[in-house]
Amino acid sequence: MEPILFWAFAVLAVLGAALVVLLANPVRGAMCLVGTLFCLAVLFVLLDAHLIAVLEVLVYAGAVMVLFLFVIMLLNLREEELGARRFTLVKIVGFLACGWVGCMLGRVLIGRGDRPPVSDGYGGVAAVGRLLLGDYLLAFELTSVLLLVAVVGAVILAKRRI
Amino acid sequence: MVPIGHYLVLATVLFAIGAIGVVSRRNAIVAFMSVELMLNAAILAFVAFARGFGDLRGHAVAFFVMAVAAAEAAVGLAIVVAVFRRRATVNLDELRELKG
Repeated sequence: MEPILFWAFAVLAVLGAALVVLLANPVRGAMCLVGTLFCLAVLFVLLDAHLIAVLEVLVYAGAVMVLFLFVIMLLNLREEELGARRFTLVKIVGFLACGWVGCMLGRVLIGRGDRPPVSDGYGGVAAVGRLLLGDYLLAFELTSVLLLVAVVGAVILAKRRI
Repeated sequence: MVPIGHYLVLATVLFAIGAIGVVSRRNAIVAFMSVELMLNAAILAFVAFARGFGDLRGHAVAFFVMAVAAAEAAVGLAIVVAVFRRRATVNLDELRELKG
């Protein structure tokens, strides 16, 4: 069961990501990115990361992407005119080099890494929360300050007249 | 059980697609979305490694990456809105000069 789920949602995620990069219409690209984020959330559940999966849907797909769509609609962006794609020698060599590096990586990574057995609460709210409020308390508090700074900064940057 | 290596290869592929999007698209918002894609690939890598070692610290890092990405998206989009108000374009080829 799990391999089927993995392959289905992995292919969907890669497809969505490719469409984000390829589509001319930014609204359609944003919706494809939302789809990719949902597929990633499913993959997180397959990795027993339940809290991160829910946060991905709530925070990333539900807030960040909504913000993107708001801005795209606000600016009323047209479809981008994608110029003719030129396949220069540099691009071809670059692609082949990246493909070679990818194959090397793949040969090392594929099939490696089985999973140790983990406790029942692994990846749940209590276990991750204990870490966040324990070992990483300073980072947690600094993140809240960071979010406050981001809110103030975003409001000031987008104002018509300060 | 799908081995962890598969998830890492998927994260690499997503990261590469995002990187291609950042350098090749001229629309600032689409370039931004490609950056978010790269960040998500990194989150996937962290979570995969966390499962591979049975360690929860990867989840904590993933949490912080998500928070930082959200803050960065908010500020970056505010900048895009401000720039659009001045220059009436989000085409990165036309936004070449820093001077207003």
